[in-house]
Amino acid sequence: MKPLLATALLGLTLLSSSGLLAKETAPPATPTLKMATTTSTENSGLLQDILPKFEADTGYKVQVIAVGSGKALKMGEDGDVDVVLSHAPAAEKEFIAKGFGDKRYPVMYNDFILLGSAADPASIKGSTNAPEALGKIASKAATFISRGDDSGTHKKELKLWESAQLKPAGAWYREAGDGMEKVIQMAGELDAYTLADRGTWLSVAGKSPLKILYEGDKELFNPYGIMAVSQTRYPDINHAGAQALIDWITSPTGQQAIGDFKINGTMLFTPDADKSPAAAEEKTPEPAPTTAQ
Amino acid sequence: MAGLLEATTEALALLVSGDEALWEIVRISFEVSLLALLIAVPPALLLAFVLAYGQFTGRRLVIALFSTLLSVPTVVIGLTLYLLLSRQGPLGEFRLLFTQTAMVLGQIVLAFPMLVAIGHSALQAADRRAWETARTLGASPLRALLTVTYEVRFGLLAAVLASFGRIISEVGASMMLGGNILHYTRNIPTAIALETSKGEFAQGIALGIVLLVLAFTLNILLHHFQGKGYIGS
Repeated sequence: MKPLLATALLGLTLLSSSGLLAKETAPPATPTLKMATTTSTENSGLLQDILPKFEADTGYKVQVIAVGSGKALKMGEDGDVDVVLSHAPAAEKEFIAKGFGDKRYPVMYNDFILLGSAADPASIKGSTNAPEALGKIASKAATFISRGDDSGTHKKELKLWESAQLKPAGAWYREAGDGMEKVIQMAGELDAYTLADRGTWLSVAGKSPLKILYEGDKELFNPYGIMAVSQTRYPDINHAGAQALIDWITSPTGQQAIGDFKINGTMLFTPDADKSPAAAEEKTPEPAPTTAQ
Repeated sequence: MAGLLEATTEALALLVSGDEALWEIVRISFEVSLLALLIAVPPALLLAFVLAYGQFTGRRLVIALFSTLLSVPTVVIGLTLYLLLSRQGPLGEFRLLFTQTAMVLGQIVLAFPMLVAIGHSALQAADRRAWETARTLGASPLRALLTVTYEVRFGLLAAVLASFGRIISEVGASMMLGGNILHYTRNIPTAIALETSKGEFAQGIALGIVLLVLAFTLNILLHHFQGKGYIGS
């Protein structure tokens, strides 16, 4: 049964690659490159802005699959994509340590912010740090929407609760299991608090009734890294393409493109590739990245 | 309410202005779903025929099985195929995950039971004597099959159109297997899901209108053909 099924599938592939679906299924070592990334880079419009420049420079064609950071890394682990761009430093470190990727290159950063309704029922405005702000939300049992999707933002949120020495639970704490935009929408509808990355927030701020109520804690630093999936583990992966993308995005040209990407005059991501990932990881994150110009 | 009106107006403007991104998504949807249907229809209808006219043990079980498959959620089919096609899966060597081929496969699996189930009941409704008469008159089994098929062509057409309606509008399997890649595997339903999550309701509604118009057209066509059929007979 299995060989038969495999033959049928192969036939189907041939059929679709020969005719109706001509731009189909690039075999490895071709221009097609698959990148798993977080929703924030895709939905903020950054990738649509910078990737065409990379494609024009190198002739590669990048296919972007936007999911939460956790899932993006999982796709890399399974060898289903060639390169991963994510923002979950701890999980990324583990990804490299387990040999799924060779090296993590820092690309850029932005920061997380706490959003809520202008009324600010838990009075988190003016908190001295992020865990304190979360503590106020919990003690007031003010509605808080969590991403709940194992994304980089979700991991960061859980870490902040940990810093606040709290275990969020109860009717006020809602896990949406959805992307950032959707969660911001939900929080807007429910007058709830939520943790968001600044990039996504800036791209939807015009449509949301929410306000930034807390920002600036260095714990809210949000670094993005890019990793090629290991060729040792998956020999037929498009490793050359992945490396080309990494080289480009960490080059002055790529970094410039990231810095040039603005919404309403505000830079969404601050480029920070300095070609020495080890140094970058040790580097203390700057508080309150200069996103507003 | 104002939001809905505004988004709908914007949506109509997008459609009329021939927004390239929008129509590309529509094109991908049709390419994938039509190809899936093209591949699924012949074997499915043949199976439906065998189930309606053949006599073998387990026939009822197979019919029940296909009727059951109709109610399997599309995400479950998506997940099953995802695990099969992922490079960790048994068919991983073909590297099909996140391609249009994977979407086509998913939609074939979705369309197949529907074609078999509805096709089977259409064929059952045909007068069995048509088959027997044709055979007695010396027609080959193939010729007799065509005769019966012609008798119930509207029922079969309904099966095909209903299946097309199912696969072009389903989001779960397409999202998992295609990955919602721009210019490549982003079809109407996955684009609606994405645009909605981004709060870009206008584009979501515009694509929704395309699907509605499509469903309406298919139904009109079906009724048109059926009407003619009855007048002619």
